[in-house]
Amino acid sequence: MSVLVYIEHADGSVKKTSLEAVSYAKALSEKTSEGEIVAVALGSISSDELAKAGSAGASKVIHVNDDKLSSGIIQAHAEAVAQVYKQLGAKTLILSKSSLGDAVAARLAIKLDAALISNVVDLPDTGSGYKIKRSIYTGKAFAETVVNKEHKILAVKKNAVDLKSDGADAVIETVVLELSADNFATSITSTDKTTGDILLPEADIVVSGGRGMKGPENWGLIEGLAKELGAATGCSKPVSDIGWRPHHEHVGQTGVKVAPSLYVAVGISGAIQHLAGVNSSKCIVVINKDAEAPFFKAADYGIVGDAFEVLPKLTEAVKALK
Amino acid sequence: MKILVCITHVPDTTSKIQFSDNNTKFDKSGVQFIIGPYDDYALARAVELKEQLGASLTVLNVGEVETEPTLRKALAIGADDAIRVNTFPKDSLFVAQQIAAIAKQNNYDLILMGRESIDFNGGMVHGMVGEMLGMPSVSPVMKLEIEGNTVKMAREIEGGKEYLEAKLPLVAGCQEPIAEWKIPNMRGIMSARTKPLQVVDPLEESNASEVISYQLPPAKGAVKLVDKDNVEELVRLLKNEAKVL
Ligand SMILES: Cc1cc2nc3c(=O)[nH]c(=O)nc-3n(C[C@H](O)[C@H](O)[C@H](O)COP(=O)(O)OP(=O)(O)OC[C@H]3O[C@@H](n4cnc5c(N)ncnc54)[C@H](O)[C@@H]3O)c2cc1C
Repeated sequence: MSVLVYIEHADGSVKKTSLEAVSYAKALSEKTSEGEIVAVALGSISSDELAKAGSAGASKVIHVNDDKLSSGIIQAHAEAVAQVYKQLGAKTLILSKSSLGDAVAARLAIKLDAALISNVVDLPDTGSGYKIKRSIYTGKAFAETVVNKEHKILAVKKNAVDLKSDGADAVIETVVLELSADNFATSITSTDKTTGDILLPEADIVVSGGRGMKGPENWGLIEGLAKELGAATGCSKPVSDIGWRPHHEHVGQTGVKVAPSLYVAVGISGAIQHLAGVNSSKCIVVINKDAEAPFFKAADYGIVGDAFEVLPKLTEAVKALK
Repeated sequence: MKILVCITHVPDTTSKIQFSDNNTKFDKSGVQFIIGPYDDYALARAVELKEQLGASLTVLNVGEVETEPTLRKALAIGADDAIRVNTFPKDSLFVAQQIAAIAKQNNYDLILMGRESIDFNGGMVHGMVGEMLGMPSVSPVMKLEIEGNTVKMAREIEGGKEYLEAKLPLVAGCQEPIAEWKIPNMRGIMSARTKPLQVVDPLEESNASEVISYQLPPAKGAVKLVDKDNVEELVRLLKNEAKVL
């Protein structure tokens, strides 16, 4: 038997969150004795890069090296993964929550007649039955869920388990699949994406700015600190609504949900809807000139002060650390 | 052209989340229920499309009788009629089965809903419905235009967006900025009272998963404040105490 992991790649590298999913599968299999960890990757990517999934715990990577799958066409990805899953005779599919992963997993649940559990934050309890803990109410609570189906798809939230990096390279097996034309009924005409930047949902450190930053011309201060910290940049909803920052940086209830080790919030009041997107962060730092800002109640560390004074000093202090 | 918008009935985003009955039930006391914010974006876009294309617009909720005020609000915003599948929305698969059954009877050209509900955050109902109906499903959609039989969309991806095209019929999970939330006006509220709201029985229950208990995250300790003239201290704490640098 084996556990299948759907791994995604971007800009020629396997996504870090996908490697976390591999490590989750490894830890799961050690608990449930479901055998080896097999990853499936779709579209063009180098074998050397795929072999790295081995370090996270996979023993084999099935590579469907079909260029038609290089872009994330939801239906086609779901069909390809379903075929690989069935050929393998797996009972569990693991993937990391993402824009594409969520959409693909939903179709797979029907194709595989599987129970799909999303936002998984821990390994299942298999003592009696199959119980699993997932995050609900946008991080404000957890639900212990009993899964009653033989086939299971678990969409894992960031930081559910630690990323492993001690495995040997994985064996790569290239396969060709028959995918009928109706799986390609949607076509991707173009993509508009930042490259080289650290992606917000993947980042270990996030620096976010709110309306307190006064205008887009001041974002150099946020980016400066982010650069020193190796962080991604985020923002509050009004900031992306007014167009100071692109929509994909909007953090919160109606935006991206992040789970970094460190979240630095600058000039953000801490409305409950913003907090909903950051409450899974390990450590929260708030910089706000108003000592009464609600964000301080959700913070681990705080500085009451003007962002325009504090940010340059903080950036220098981080630089001095190196 | 027939449009279906599926809406959830969920606690207001400012609600304090609490549980009762030994942590086995959501505690509704003092909680105000709203149309899910993402569903509200889907509905707003559907109302625009209805006006632009002369389409019909039906709203659907899988839920018990308490969700009817939420459906009435959707009618006030601009839907023509409403359907309530009279059952507790047990899990995503169950809800998707109910939606697919209604859709099969009525042949909608476009099925919109939010990218996810804000209670269970599954984000899977649109994909499940698409697969059950053999239609493409796209999510999270932040822009959607219809030209003849072609749907042009932008989908948010990590670090940007991708532009897609597909033919109707189609299922889409929506998010901002697909349209601006619409606030019902007085005329809408008056007319919503007499618009048809049909109650139908559910299909048989599936039993894929079941919540047995709820839990709140541990309470956060008090914030440690650092003087604004001593930012080096903050960096030291992050490195040595929190160990995040
Ligand atoms: C259904 C719904 C969903 C929502 N979803 C989201 C969401 O996903 N994400 C989100 O962020 N919001 C969301 N909101 C909006 C949310 O309620 C708040 O309005 C928003 O988060 C406020 O953004 P802000 O903190 O940047 O701005 P403000 O609330 O205006 O706060 C600005 C802060 O900056 C501080 N400040 C000002 N000048 C300085 C300075 N020089 N130095 C330091 N600090 C300074 C102020 O003290 C203040 O605390 C949602 C609202 C609703 C109703």
